Amino acid sequence: MTTAEAVADPGAAAARATDAILRDTLHGTERGVVVDSPPGAGKSTLVVRAALELAAAGRPLMIVAQTNAQVDDLVLRLAEKDPELPVGRLHSSDSDPYDKALDDLPNVRTSAKAGDLAGLPVVLSTAAKWAHVKVDEPWRHAIVDEAYQMRSDALLAVAGLFERALFVGDPGQLDPFAIVGSEQWAGLSYDPSASAVTTLLAHNPGLPQHRLPVSWRLPASAAPLVSAAFYPYTPFRSGTGEGDRRLAFAVPSDGSGPDRVIDEAAACGWGLLELPARHTPRTDPEAVHAVAAVVRRLLERGGAAVSERSPEPAPLTADRIAVGTAHRDQAAAIRAALAGLGVTDVTVDTANRLQGREYDVTVVLHPLSGRPDATAFHLETGRLCVLASRHRHACIVVCRAGVTELLDDHPSTEPVQLGVTVKFPDGWEANHAVLAHLAKHRVAWRP
Amino acid sequence: MSLIDALGRLEAVRTGRAQPAATVRHRHLSDRPLVLVPLTTAGEAGAPLGALVGTDRDAPRLLVVPQPRDRDLRFAFLAELADAVLPYIDSYAGEVEAAERTETDPETGKRVKVEAELCADAPQLIVPSRGGIELVRLLGRSMRFRRTAEQDPETPHPAPPRVPLLGRWLTHYGERARVPGSSLLLALTDLLSRHWATGQSGLEDQHLGALLAWIDPPDGMTGAQAALRAELARDADGQLLCPPAGPATDPAFDNRLLAPAIERYDRARTALAAAEDGLEADGRLAALAAAEREIRALVERVTRPTWDAVWRGLDLLRALPEGAHVEERWTRDRWSFTGHRDRVLAGEPPQPRRDDAVTAAHKLAAREREQARLDAQEALDDPLVMAERRLAGEAFTGEVTEVVMAYSEGKRPSPRPLVTVRTEDRPHLAERAKVYRSLGGRPQTAEFVGYEPCPDGALIVLRITDKMGRGKEPEPGSVPEKGEHVCFTLFEHEQRGGAKLPEPERTPWTHGGPPGEPGPEPADPVTEEDLL
Repeated sequence: MTTAEAVADPGAAAARATDAILRDTLHGTERGVVVDSPPGAGKSTLVVRAALELAAAGRPLMIVAQTNAQVDDLVLRLAEKDPELPVGRLHSSDSDPYDKALDDLPNVRTSAKAGDLAGLPVVLSTAAKWAHVKVDEPWRHAIVDEAYQMRSDALLAVAGLFERALFVGDPGQLDPFAIVGSEQWAGLSYDPSASAVTTLLAHNPGLPQHRLPVSWRLPASAAPLVSAAFYPYTPFRSGTGEGDRRLAFAVPSDGSGPDRVIDEAAACGWGLLELPARHTPRTDPEAVHAVAAVVRRLLERGGAAVSERSPEPAPLTADRIAVGTAHRDQAAAIRAALAGLGVTDVTVDTANRLQGREYDVTVVLHPLSGRPDATAFHLETGRLCVLASRHRHACIVVCRAGVTELLDDHPSTEPVQLGVTVKFPDGWEANHAVLAHLAKHRVAWRP
Repeated sequence: MSLIDALGRLEAVRTGRAQPAATVRHRHLSDRPLVLVPLTTAGEAGAPLGALVGTDRDAPRLLVVPQPRDRDLRFAFLAELADAVLPYIDSYAGEVEAAERTETDPETGKRVKVEAELCADAPQLIVPSRGGIELVRLLGRSMRFRRTAEQDPETPHPAPPRVPLLGRWLTHYGERARVPGSSLLLALTDLLSRHWATGQSGLEDQHLGALLAWIDPPDGMTGAQAALRAELARDADGQLLCPPAGPATDPAFDNRLLAPAIERYDRARTALAAAEDGLEADGRLAALAAAEREIRALVERVTRPTWDAVWRGLDLLRALPEGAHVEERWTRDRWSFTGHRDRVLAGEPPQPRRDDAVTAAHKLAAREREQARLDAQEALDDPLVMAERRLAGEAFTGEVTEVVMAYSEGKRPSPRPLVTVRTEDRPHLAERAKVYRSLGGRPQTAEFVGYEPCPDGALIVLRITDKMGRGKEPEPGSVPEKGEHVCFTLFEHEQRGGAKLPEPERTPWTHGGPPGEPGPEPADPVTEEDLL
């Protein structure tokens, strides 16, 4: 780690880390550089900056991201930073393969054929599309974004395309998964179902590894908890201080559970709306209703967010709120409940799809709420980490009582695989840490 | 557990009988499967105790290792197993049909069709439970690197020549069993629990006796009673009435019957070795033979009920009609069998101990493709499975209430009819999501356009986008008509090919670089832990 000594100013600490990363990327001797980035630490900003500097140094660059939305987002950011830079967007031959906003950018060329984009300083696409590209001469440089969410076999398919690469990602988010069993390769350095970074570092342990030390997204109320619960050995801090971010509501509380938890979250950054203990189906109607009620009150009460971004309070609108769940059917049920209340334009999605996104306020249906068991899926550290780290101001968790006991009844029982590095913290530990903190902001409510 | 599976289990509890979880059979069953009921010795992984094997339900072949810790006896067992299995496998290797296969032309790099042989049918191995598949894999691993005296005269424990060959076949079958939807090697408990929902947990379903008790309980008993009896009932000697399907044995059997019998066998063997003259030896040989017969009888006693249960389970499964896509999946199994037959004939070395990076990635990708394909095909073949997907919001059925002709924009307008479907299902449709229906076995794509709630359900508007021919007017029958009952899925019916991976000798630096020349793997060395 390059930032061993503490630097008082978060901006200066982040700048130092970025400088070291760019130095290794542009002038280093190793074929790869790995950057770990906690939630909201400016990963995309780093990717864009590194891309521009590599392009300025005249090194042909390919960028690998994991989803089309991520690729489009990077293209838009690149064009925003440097509208003159010619950029190639390689896309699939499906209908509607990329964001139509790209067509308005004069220096962005889109094509489904890599040949059409040859010679452009920067070409971007998804890992899946790159895997079908063949080249005679590899790219001098590559940036692999969200590398911890990329599977090792996806890296295998594209690694022949470049000579050197910068790998950027968040180790705390959801690990990649396979829909079939892959135990037979567990412990092999190139286990195809492991993350790309795991394989890369197993074969190249000497690569320089960096870490972005400051989260600009998470408020001062959230960074210490997320850091301690999910990144115990690689702590980070918030870029803003106590009181830099404030959330206020024009309409006073009506004393109901949703309003009380909203006020608690506005004051402290966290709120736990606890429903009575009960075993429920996944789409627990009461919990779904509670989530929808909280969202509706968030909008009805005329919220205003004050942050370092603008001196004026910004209204808390529907597009600044997201609801996170573990399962798709839960998201669908909440969407239906919100539509029933006349609430539209609030993002409701699973943890997998919320990765990399940012909102002012998030409302989370706890993955273990109402469950009779705690499976590996529901205990996965990354799932809870994604759900608990999307917000700039406040996070409200809706949960049935009794999850602590449930956790104690279900210690992790995954088989130990020889040769596999044990990930810390495990989901059990992380869940307990988060629950212990949330308990301080608990509002009990019987809907 | 899916909603419909939970419902099936609840109904099974209420009615006292397993409920159908499928209306058709989703796996291929051979007319002449080879059933293998293996047992292992407690305390030593992969040390066989005995097996019943064969294709004739009335005449299984009993193989027994009277002293499982004796390496020579174990090899004799494996050689006998090879005698039982290899002729069966060989009987399928000869009959072939002409077929085509796509290969990459080494010169042009293009995909070209080449003529190839495809075995007309393939041997199918049935074991009672998942543990049996694991044992097949383990036996394959332990045998395929064995050296015969011919290969290496110095080898301390030469194996009979057929043993390494059987190891390669068992390895191939064990590996193929990991491919979703494959049928070369099947565990009967998996097969049965795929087709019936019992009133017990998935873990309990792995007990073949209890599973059959739910599906087909004896007269006058409920499934729960029969299952409990299968799991726990013991005779006056404390032996289970329904012995476990293996490969592990019941400890009460081990302690009270097997261990004393093996001890008697050991004593008889020691006595024979100590015999001083021919006459004494003859008598002691008879005693040894008697001791061995006793162990054989014990092994037969605990394997025969499982053997009969396996055939009974196969009868139950045969009563179900075969699903429409099963044949297609079995053809891929035949390709797999033919491919391994060719590798053996070509004198290739046994499968390596570990996959290299590229092979592992290929296998994982292929299995994920097969899993997605299997999920789609099972739903298309079986309304009960489709109901599960509908309940999960991944498909919907309904009646077409309106068809409005529309055309795409552009120079040559193509038909893009708008079809309204009234459904009671609640699909999770995202904006502009694609949906698919089966049109004469081929998937037709439509785009989700609009959604409008209506009394008892919703109206879903779709735009059909393909499979309507090249003309301006859609071909007859290619657009659903008003009043027609349709079923659309949110999942694709066919799977795309995966990414191109590099050749193993071009493995990139991120994955450790090329693995080096693949030499023949050495035999397993004898280590200090090899006490036997």
